[in-house]
Amino acid sequence: MIPRRAVITGLGVVAPGGVGVKAFWELLSSGRTATRTISLFDATGFRSQVAAEVDFDPLLEGLTDRQAGELDRVAQFALCASAQAIADAKLPVGAAPHRTAVSVGSAVGCTMVLEQEYVRLSEHGTNWLVDHSRAAPHLFQALMPSTVAAEVAWLAQAEGPCAVVSTGCTSGLDAVAHAAALIAESSADVVLAGASDAPISPISAACFDAIKATTPRNDDPAHASRPFDRTRNGFVLGEGAAMFVVEEISAARRRGASIYCEIAGYGQRANAYHMTGLRPDGVEMAEAIRIALRRAALAPDRIDYINAHGSGTRQNDIHETAAFKRSLGAHAYATPISSIKSMVGHSLGAIGSIELAACALAMQHSLVPPTANLDEPDPDCDLDYVPHVARERSLRAVLNVGSGFGGFQTAIVLTDTGLRDAE
Amino acid sequence: MAAPALTGVGVLAANGVGVADWWRRTVEGVSGIRAVDTLRDGGYPAVLAGEVVDFDPARHLPTRLITQTDRWTQMALAAAEWALADARVEPSAYDPYEFGVVTGSASGGNEFGQREIGRLWRNGPGAVGAYQSIAWFYAASTGQISIRHGLKGPSGVLVTEQAAGLDALGHARRLIRDGARVVLAGGTEAPLSPYAWTCQLSSGYVSTAIDPDGAYAPFDMAASGYVPGEGGAMLLVEDQASARARDAPVLGYLDGYAATFDPPRSSGRPANLGRCIEAALADARCPASEIDVVFADAMALPGHDRDEALALAEVFGPGGVPVTAPKTMTGRMYSGGAALDVAAALLCLRDQVIPPTKGITRPHPAHHLDLVRDAARPCAVRRAMVVARGGGGFNAAVVLSRP
Amino acid sequence: MDPFTLADLRRIMSQVGTDGVDADLLINDVPFAELGFDSLAVLETQARISNEYGVRIPDEALDEMTTASATVAYVNDLLNRTRSR
Repeated sequence: MIPRRAVITGLGVVAPGGVGVKAFWELLSSGRTATRTISLFDATGFRSQVAAEVDFDPLLEGLTDRQAGELDRVAQFALCASAQAIADAKLPVGAAPHRTAVSVGSAVGCTMVLEQEYVRLSEHGTNWLVDHSRAAPHLFQALMPSTVAAEVAWLAQAEGPCAVVSTGCTSGLDAVAHAAALIAESSADVVLAGASDAPISPISAACFDAIKATTPRNDDPAHASRPFDRTRNGFVLGEGAAMFVVEEISAARRRGASIYCEIAGYGQRANAYHMTGLRPDGVEMAEAIRIALRRAALAPDRIDYINAHGSGTRQNDIHETAAFKRSLGAHAYATPISSIKSMVGHSLGAIGSIELAACALAMQHSLVPPTANLDEPDPDCDLDYVPHVARERSLRAVLNVGSGFGGFQTAIVLTDTGLRDAE
Repeated sequence: MAAPALTGVGVLAANGVGVADWWRRTVEGVSGIRAVDTLRDGGYPAVLAGEVVDFDPARHLPTRLITQTDRWTQMALAAAEWALADARVEPSAYDPYEFGVVTGSASGGNEFGQREIGRLWRNGPGAVGAYQSIAWFYAASTGQISIRHGLKGPSGVLVTEQAAGLDALGHARRLIRDGARVVLAGGTEAPLSPYAWTCQLSSGYVSTAIDPDGAYAPFDMAASGYVPGEGGAMLLVEDQASARARDAPVLGYLDGYAATFDPPRSSGRPANLGRCIEAALADARCPASEIDVVFADAMALPGHDRDEALALAEVFGPGGVPVTAPKTMTGRMYSGGAALDVAAALLCLRDQVIPPTKGITRPHPAHHLDLVRDAARPCAVRRAMVVARGGGGFNAAVVLSRP
Repeated sequence: MDPFTLADLRRIMSQVGTDGVDADLLINDVPFAELGFDSLAVLETQARISNEYGVRIPDEALDEMTTASATVAYVNDLLNRTRSR
């Protein structure tokens, strides 16, 4: 029995640099960065004062008054990206609700609303017992991020299995892997899948400050995110969302849908080592890559491009470089690899999906986005990380990896559908 | 592929910590719901909850782990450890890549997060400690369990509110079909800290009754909300062949699982709980007549109760199957709730007794449910169903069978 | 104001969680990493010292605070420098 194959037929992006796929791809292909001094809150006194923010007006983006007024920014991003994806796929909404599912990744859910309301109700953190009488009536929706999946499900008229996948910084990859699994096992024929996070708020900024994970390069925000560079010193906190219409391939072809690529394989492993630390050997990430390749029935040397996790912390970029060498052998040296976090920052749970969107677009345009700010590679990161300038290349198989707090390691392989057709 | 085996359970609930204590009190009909001191101090309209008073993390976890985790993760760590012991599983005997962890998660590290946000806003960004980055986010329990026991297999975190305990099991089965041999699956919740409580109150779904008796009375004429609880359960889910090979202590088999989502009421389309139940039965290749007990979701709100009763009557016939909700003794535990119901279903299968539902004085006549009320009912039980609904419209159902 | 002592450090570290590490090991300057006291634990210790003593601990401190006596010396030096202003 041939397992059911999952393909991407539509995508939508809300990312720093601009809402919508066009603005997103323009940023990536130009190698410009969207990192800047934090404007969403007053970051005076914070160690890291840079972020990759989205200029987003919910009403202008077509959200209703209720959605703009009640929902946390994370849900607004997800709705905006979902609407784009649905339109892009020309998906007939409501045609088969029972066979339509939702899988949305988010690492920190409704952080902004939760923090803002807490400040108000606790009088700036001075009242532990909190004044419940002034709580906004929709506050309970913010407590549990399942709200985000519910909102997308209502938009997409989905009545199949719906969930939020919240595996930290691999959420964006895991949510899409989940969609592929739902299709493979025939729980759904269409899945609105992707991820969203809007963590640019004081508590998130402060918690990363406390562990010195974010960059303090506040005097030069545009160049602060420097994956694989010798002078890198932490990631730039970002926000955003990317959502996809993922469909079973024969159903997509029957309705004449345009197909970006196939979700050919995925691998998920954990390092079981440390909540934030990474060993320099990259063993478990290499294992996740190996599993993804095996599921995609691809030898390592078939990979044309790797979209790296590339967060720009000292430890990650070393860990990842080792993982690529361990899993791909000599081919690691012959493969262009880039980190778009250099341009759009690290939006935690969302970035995995934003990166998958970048991969799908890269395949469509035969253009590898660069790693911005890579002025002087770290000698320990000695692979081809595509500094500064996008590179033309025909891409039939692309590997995307992610790594996150809790030890999660995920790899996804996207391919041209023709690869598997030929089997 | 053969149904995975459930071979170990670890639980924490308001009426008992550890499987033996909790199950004994559950069968005896002893409730753990009472007024919580901090909630009374806060002057909240609702003060009753299922608090796990008998859990002191210092007795089960090293200081270093306690400092870096919220109570929610501490309970998950304890439950996971007990599930492993119950299943007689030593993780080091396995290839770590074949051993995964899946938790349901709903509100995350509430108390820890509230403390840190308070410090931030009183004293500035430097006042936030190093552990906020790993204690509050929804993946913390899965991460900490995997590290503590060296489990490197595929892992997950699902957020579907009260449905997540079943979705975690369904996902564990998916991982086993894909090649994992063992998965620790389940969930816990610790939603009783002041800010988390305030958030829950704003839904209007939480019971404001003063007297614990009858405060949480699902399917009652006077049902007026549920009582939240803390705690949950972790379960060992194993590939069946692997379980047989090691002569594992099998509590039951996960025969079927399904999940659906409800359209908004305004759409005029029907809710999907009934369809979810039927899909789980079909997945288990089990006719409705072979289910001997249903552990209900039991929201204790008139509309929700009616919807659930209607769905059950449609599938099983009016009064066609015994229905129970032992969560009336522990409170509704979100990510922990459905996992604990699965534990209850497994022990029901083992002991051939259905635990009672407490607090119902006037069952709603339009529901046509055979409710197991007040006292446990000895019963020949070969197959059990657990139903769960998460706020927003998430439905899930599982079918479990006796070994 | 009183200096920061080894006793103060031990108190704070035991709150963070040394799990019964022999106090003598702290005196004898076994590196923190060997005591199972990882970088997060050191950062947490820094945060608590920072809040209790009202002093901001710079990034470079992580490289200096590798043993008990190095930490005590560093903190006292920092306190003296900030207090003398």
